[in-house]
Amino acid sequence: MSALLEVSGVSVTFDGFRAINNLSFQIGNAELRAVIGPNGAGKTTFMDIVTGKTRPDEGRVIWGEKSVSLLKMSEAKIAQAGIGRKFQKPTVFEDQTVQENLLMALKNMRGWLRVLFYRPSGDDFRKVEDLAAEIGLKYELGRKSGELSHGQKQWLEIGMLLAQEPRLLLVDEPAAGMTPQEREHTTEILVQAAKTRAVVVVEHDMEFVRRLNCKVTVLHEGSVLAEGSLDHVTSNQDVIDVYLGR
Amino acid sequence: MDHSFIAKNPSVLVFLTILSLFTLMVTVLSEGFGIGVISTSFVKTLGKTLCLCLIAVAMDLVWGFTGILSLGHFAFFGLGGYMIGMWLMYERTRLIVVESLAQAEIPPTPAEVVDAIGNQIFGVVGSSDFPLIWAFSDSLFLQLALVVLVPGLLALIFGWLAFRSRVTGVYLSILTQAMTLALALYLFQNDSGLRGNNGLSGLQNLPGVTAGQDMVSIWFLWASALALGLGYLLAAWIVSGKFGSVIRGIRDNEARVRFLGYSVEVYKLAVFSLTACIAAIAGALYYPQAGIINPEEMAPIASIYLAVWVAIGGRGRLYGAVIGAAFVSLLSSWFTGGQAPDIPLGFYAIKWVDWWQVLLGVSFVLVTLFAPQGIGGLFDLWANRRPLDRHGANLGPDDGALREKEATE
Amino acid sequence: MIIRLAPKRHSGFNYMLRLFLAGFAILCACLTANAQEGGLQPILQNHQEIIAKSSRKTIKPAIDAIATSGLPQAQAMLETWAAKNMWMRKTDGQFFAAEKAEGRSYILTDFDTGESVGAYEKSNLKQLKPNSGVRAMIATALVQFQLSDPDRAKRLAALQSIQRDPEGALLEPLRASIDGEPDADLKVQKHRLERLLTIGYDEDSAARVAAIEEMTDDLGVDVRAALNPLVVTKRQAAVEQPVDLNVAKMLIPGSTALSRDDAYDLLVANNLATPRVTSNDIRNALAGNINGGRVGGVPVAQLDNAAARTRAYAALAEAGTVPALITQADIDAALDPHVFFETYAEPSPEVTTAAQQALERIELKVGLNQTLDLTLDAISLASIYFLAAIGLAITFGVMGVINMAHGEFIMMGAYTGYVVQQFIPDHTLSIIIAVPMAFAVTFAMGVAMERLVIRWLYARPLETLLATFGISIALQQLAKNIFGTQARPLTAPGWLDGAWVLNDVVSISYIRIAIFVLALIFLLLFLNITNRTRLGLEMRAVTQNPRMAGSMGINPGRVNMLTFGLGSGIAGIAGVAIGLFAKVTSDLGNDYIVQSFMTVVVGGVGNIWGALAGAGMIGFLQKGIEWMNPSNTLAAQTYMIIFIIIFIQFRPRGIIALKGRAAGD
Repeated sequence: MSALLEVSGVSVTFDGFRAINNLSFQIGNAELRAVIGPNGAGKTTFMDIVTGKTRPDEGRVIWGEKSVSLLKMSEAKIAQAGIGRKFQKPTVFEDQTVQENLLMALKNMRGWLRVLFYRPSGDDFRKVEDLAAEIGLKYELGRKSGELSHGQKQWLEIGMLLAQEPRLLLVDEPAAGMTPQEREHTTEILVQAAKTRAVVVVEHDMEFVRRLNCKVTVLHEGSVLAEGSLDHVTSNQDVIDVYLGR
Repeated sequence: MDHSFIAKNPSVLVFLTILSLFTLMVTVLSEGFGIGVISTSFVKTLGKTLCLCLIAVAMDLVWGFTGILSLGHFAFFGLGGYMIGMWLMYERTRLIVVESLAQAEIPPTPAEVVDAIGNQIFGVVGSSDFPLIWAFSDSLFLQLALVVLVPGLLALIFGWLAFRSRVTGVYLSILTQAMTLALALYLFQNDSGLRGNNGLSGLQNLPGVTAGQDMVSIWFLWASALALGLGYLLAAWIVSGKFGSVIRGIRDNEARVRFLGYSVEVYKLAVFSLTACIAAIAGALYYPQAGIINPEEMAPIASIYLAVWVAIGGRGRLYGAVIGAAFVSLLSSWFTGGQAPDIPLGFYAIKWVDWWQVLLGVSFVLVTLFAPQGIGGLFDLWANRRPLDRHGANLGPDDGALREKEATE
Repeated sequence: MIIRLAPKRHSGFNYMLRLFLAGFAILCACLTANAQEGGLQPILQNHQEIIAKSSRKTIKPAIDAIATSGLPQAQAMLETWAAKNMWMRKTDGQFFAAEKAEGRSYILTDFDTGESVGAYEKSNLKQLKPNSGVRAMIATALVQFQLSDPDRAKRLAALQSIQRDPEGALLEPLRASIDGEPDADLKVQKHRLERLLTIGYDEDSAARVAAIEEMTDDLGVDVRAALNPLVVTKRQAAVEQPVDLNVAKMLIPGSTALSRDDAYDLLVANNLATPRVTSNDIRNALAGNINGGRVGGVPVAQLDNAAARTRAYAALAEAGTVPALITQADIDAALDPHVFFETYAEPSPEVTTAAQQALERIELKVGLNQTLDLTLDAISLASIYFLAAIGLAITFGVMGVINMAHGEFIMMGAYTGYVVQQFIPDHTLSIIIAVPMAFAVTFAMGVAMERLVIRWLYARPLETLLATFGISIALQQLAKNIFGTQARPLTAPGWLDGAWVLNDVVSISYIRIAIFVLALIFLLLFLNITNRTRLGLEMRAVTQNPRMAGSMGINPGRVNMLTFGLGSGIAGIAGVAIGLFAKVTSDLGNDYIVQSFMTVVVGGVGNIWGALAGAGMIGFLQKGIEWMNPSNTLAAQTYMIIFIIIFIQFRPRGIIALKGRAAGD
């Protein structure tokens, strides 16, 4: 199985502080992966690098079957190539309705002229409704997303992510601030999504990670400390020392 | 426009109806076509106000919807005025010159005519040659094209430079202000080719038109109303669809839009250039009614006033921009025109000519502080629509979300 | 200039002779104590007619005669004449100094004896009123007396008069006066002036060359003024190579130095060729020869293009009514037999060569010194921008608050200085009081503004921009209502007047030095406040993380208020400084606000060194562009702003940018 995303030997330095240090990471076409690690381990910076927000000082980031380098592409181009990202804080467009948010995210042409003359087709509306049903917002389509509860916003953002139909999902702490039931539902959505695409989840909550039931990568000081099943990494002495033991 | 667009945006229909009624009413009351209740100069003021409303719509599109506080749109407005002014001045001078040369014993050669026109136009800055930028001034069609092309191109180049390097927010505002200042300073020079601080004058006289100003003023009122109507319609159509969704997204959270795969820079550039063209068209209609254009008009302060109008009217809603521009500019000309009665305080009489600016400044601060929705917000009260209470936080999700409260629970 | 010099040049020989005679006469005067036994009156009577007439054209012999008489009383007489106090007795035509007595009578005094000859009615007298031209000639004649006058001030005045208006006739008197000069300083000045006059007017070329070489190291404007006329050239055309002229260079028609058209015009100017027929001439000729609706067989109505006009004109020329057109062939034929060259007005080749070389060397030195001068100018401009921007660097840079009313704070500072001066007339004292007053006023204003407006808008920078703009227009109009639209003077104390002059090229006014020093003081003060004081620490803490700072017991509101007040207060002091050299008007702030923002943006936000770097860059850039395009400050500003816009492309965060994660978003 060839890797969908291959990160190798990447380093990045902020003002002398080495946030990512010779990091290598691979993920396949339909795979669920959890990334854990203490604060400052470089989890968010790793996502910044993959999505083009931060340019690394050295290393390679290779994407897809054609093995294109993501380092020279803009954020928008990377997103169009099929990488979706969910931020730590829920970031939806609060001044717009749920429907508008989802329509904006829906996989379609992104050029400004196309968008200017774009009018949603019945097919598009149906897709939006299906997605809304999946994330439990079917009856909230007409509401301004700013009025939603925190958990609903999290879901809306996950819905927007799915609407993009990306091949790789980068999800940053999806369960923060959710009730147990909501967490369960989130887990279901992520596991479901990982059947057809690659999903990388950054999470602190061990319970949540355990429920995902997938391969786990532990980051520490900008590089991979351990990789394997959750049981495997939690029994690793290094991991216990730097992360779990504290 | 298809049925659903109007149906979804009833305010557009209301606006267009009011605009048509207003135009009809002024026409009926005017000296040129009606019973003569409204003086020609007031008709001109109204016509100019319509042009200001149009540029306010452009400003709302770029600021209220896309979140780019441009302090340079009056530069585009002025450039549009200059472009049409060049043809008006050239053609009118040509007619005068041809007429006077026809008195000579020998018919003039084309070169002699051009020389004489050059002398007439540039004598005031001590020159007689046509600068290169006047190359097309003999053709109305080409100059009309330049009205849109020159400001559009300037906006495109400037915008490309600014957006490409991700200059945003206050920085961008200062940069646009610097651009305006540079342009104004350049035009102030005598060798800029546009007559330095003399500017272009006599623009109210349409070449070859024998009708009086009372008629011409009404024609321009119609043209301005038509331009405003079309501009409003275009702006409403743009913001109603997905494009509008994207640009409002850019206003609220640029990075998020980028991660959705939209090329934010291109969208900003498109809106910036398009609104520059609308501003230029407004200027091209405004200055023939004003009669004169000079670089003073393009000073950075004019663009800031534009922002003031839109803010007082209420940004993020197109009719708000129109109301703000019309309200403030008409009120301003009423106060500064000396018509407003003085307020005697016994020891000191408040003369509005002196105190209007103070009032405007203070009320502007008050609007910003207490009524960010502007006058347009009154319509929400009337329609019983209440905006989300975000406790003064901006619209962006980063600061406005409820996450913190819930996360700590 | 040329018109005034022309007569002298024409009578070159005559003039030299007179010069020689004059020198000789003085020599005689010195040797024989009393050459003119008869005194002044006989000389005056010799020229009685022309003196009475007092015309600039004819008076010269009379003045020369008086000046060369060698009589000590001649100086007093000339002074009396120039002061319009010389009167003529109508009965015998004799001249006397007159003093008004009671009624309409005047007491006359003889020039030679110095004794009164009695009072006369005005009707018997005629006052001599030399016009300005004659008075100037008298003044020149007086110089030789004044150069040796016992009064130092008079000698100095005489020297200055020669400097203003150098003349060959003054060379000998000047030389004669050097040895007897008791004042060392004046002696040096006299010597220098003698050298300059030698360059221009000595009859011996070798002496002139020597003088030129002696002055080569001198940067004075007067040296260049003495040298420049020597290397002035004139284009000429002749049938053959001249032999007796001082030729600068030969010119070939058709080269870049002399186009063929110019060469032909030169021939026309020298009457060596017939003038060209211009299109205007053709038009007039055609208009004058209309014959039954036709000119030269061409109908008048068809004459609206150049080709038809040429055809009609050719027909007229063939008929002999008008001169023929000059064709290209005519021009070629005319140019061929002639030579073209540039000549110096100065006849001596040694002198022109020496002057040329000296000027080149001086130019090089002047260039170097101009660079130094430009650097000083740029530093001074940079310190003005720095002063104007430093307050902004605090409010915008440190707090992230954009204050459009910053310019108005500068204006308020300047007006505070003006008001203080109304109460305290002593300028030094008033400035000393005005500085803290301006700080207090603008500090209070800044604090009030922060409490009332800005505090509510911290999360909305663009709205802060607009609200402070509202304050800005209100404050401007208020100032206009209170102080009126005309500029108010803020006078600098006497000790700041004048300039520090290094040489004729490099100089800088004391006010600018003071502003530079003030800028330095502020830089140090600011560094001290941010790095050494409690306020500075809290300021930095609140800037970086307000909530954390709050939980550490810092009151962020108070710190923000004080920081904003500090920035505003510094703007007020900058206003006093700027008011000293700029006009204090209500829109004073407008001139600085954009530049101040540019300074902060270009330099980099959040760092005082950024403001310094930005001010330095903008100051040097503006002066540099002005130097390249000296005629046009407007253009210089335009290009500077365009440069800044492009600069932002490459360093969007300014010269000194914050790095790291904080700068990332």
